[in-house]
Amino acid sequence: MVTHVQRLKNGITTALLALLSLAWVYPVVMILLNSLKTERAITTKGAFELPTAETFAGLQNYVDALNSKGFLSAFGNSLLITVTAVALILVCCSMCAWFITRVSGKVSKLIYFLFVFSMVVPFQMLMFTLSATADKLNLDMPINLCIIYLGFGAGLAVFMFCGFMRSVPVEIEEAAMIDGCNPLQTFFRIVFPILKPTLISVGILETMWVWNDYLLPYLVLDRKKYMTIPILIQYFQGSFGRIEMGPMMACIIMTVLPVIIVYLACQKHIIKGVVAGAVKG
Amino acid sequence: MEKAIKKYWPIFVAPTVAAFCIGFLWPFLQGLYLSLCKFTTLKKVTFVGFENFKYALTDPEFAHAFWFTAAFTVVSTIFINVIAFTIALILTRKIRGTNLFRTVFFMPNLIGGVVLGYIWSILLNCVLSLLAKPLLRLDATYGFWGLILLMCWQQIGYMMIIYIAGLQSIPNDYLEAAYIDGANSWQTLWRVKIPNVMPSITICLFLTLTNSFKLFDQNLALTGGEPAHMTEMLALNIYNTFYGRSGAQWKGYGQAKAVIFCVLVIVISMIQLRATRSKEVQQ
Repeated sequence: MVTHVQRLKNGITTALLALLSLAWVYPVVMILLNSLKTERAITTKGAFELPTAETFAGLQNYVDALNSKGFLSAFGNSLLITVTAVALILVCCSMCAWFITRVSGKVSKLIYFLFVFSMVVPFQMLMFTLSATADKLNLDMPINLCIIYLGFGAGLAVFMFCGFMRSVPVEIEEAAMIDGCNPLQTFFRIVFPILKPTLISVGILETMWVWNDYLLPYLVLDRKKYMTIPILIQYFQGSFGRIEMGPMMACIIMTVLPVIIVYLACQKHIIKGVVAGAVKG
Repeated sequence: MEKAIKKYWPIFVAPTVAAFCIGFLWPFLQGLYLSLCKFTTLKKVTFVGFENFKYALTDPEFAHAFWFTAAFTVVSTIFINVIAFTIALILTRKIRGTNLFRTVFFMPNLIGGVVLGYIWSILLNCVLSLLAKPLLRLDATYGFWGLILLMCWQQIGYMMIIYIAGLQSIPNDYLEAAYIDGANSWQTLWRVKIPNVMPSITICLFLTLTNSFKLFDQNLALTGGEPAHMTEMLALNIYNTFYGRSGAQWKGYGQAKAVIFCVLVIVISMIQLRATRSKEVQQ
């Protein structure tokens, strides 16, 4: 039963929420509007105005950012690092988790404990030694960074996979083994498909982490040759004498836009993944 | 079956464990040892005992960073959780456009810390200069509240999602029973809803607590610790001790600070583990 009063109340809450969500998107919208203005028009006073015919710069800032500021190579590096690292984490950690849940013993327990422990340790603890180790092993190229991400990101992944694996009945796997599958076949034909929901959750959480990570690639990568998007954005602020606001804002928008598109496309999975990760983590 | 799997350990476990040793275990142990040493590169390391810790614990900048971090953590945890829970309550009441609102509120979470920091530093500096107030990097108070605002904007959506999941898992019977017994909405909230979402509340509290305590990217991008290290949080203070100064002693000091920081984070996590476990027993 919806009375008039209730309907009015609901209407007011909806309106308030609408206002609040406008405030929520405003920071991004403001950057978007300013990224379309000419450099001279981007001042603190004019920042809140819409671009006019006089100040409208079209896509000039975007062209600048793409041409001279190394945006494309940074984007490519970020993409390469994220894809390789997440793929590697998903395959290797699920295999590892299956092994340590199915083979009981002290070694398995020790490995599991170490992984869980690594989730807690803050990055600052190994910042210096990790970049030194990476230097020594020549891991300072984007493609090699996935090895470090596998090591440092394994904790969360193994933890979540183990949690799920315990609820999967062993009988199916035993049946497969009796039918003549070797452990590898059993894993990839039987276990891996069952893991799909957890694979998605872990994949999303690790992607969010690797894509946005700033400090690890900044310290480990050969900075003169390779940048990722967060490093590029930080570089704008740090190194140029005068910050070119236009191209910087264009970079921010080009960084945020793909993320928002991916989010809108697979919203359901992302939200589910976040909830699953939080409840277990 | 166990035996058959065991033979395959080089394929199943070895890659992950090897990467784990390179990416975590070895640097961690080396870091522990180096906190007792004086060094600039790993080639020249001299053992100095607890010298570094003595310095770290008496360093006024480190102490300030600790209190700043503690204050920031408490304030942001309260703000984020209260607002997120309120929004979650409203959004579970079958209002039009719930999905749209949820989508919007969650969005900032996917944008990385550094990018978020710059978006907000541009926005807040514009607002502050319009109001003829000092900019973020010039005034520690504005810097503090700027960080809080940024953290709220980023984290509320995430926590809201968890609270919504918690609220939706309350059986409808409970709410109906409360309604029939004549409970008003305030009583329903405190006697039925909150006790039943306690697990979600513990999770969110500790997530925000550790996120705020370990904050680095946003701090670096929004205020960079300015003015004069006044808005520097623990993680950034450690970073600056490592890389911001030249001199043979600083790397060792930084590593000692990192060990202290690590111990603090572990303590918080242990308390969290306790809290979640005891809640599970009650149910």
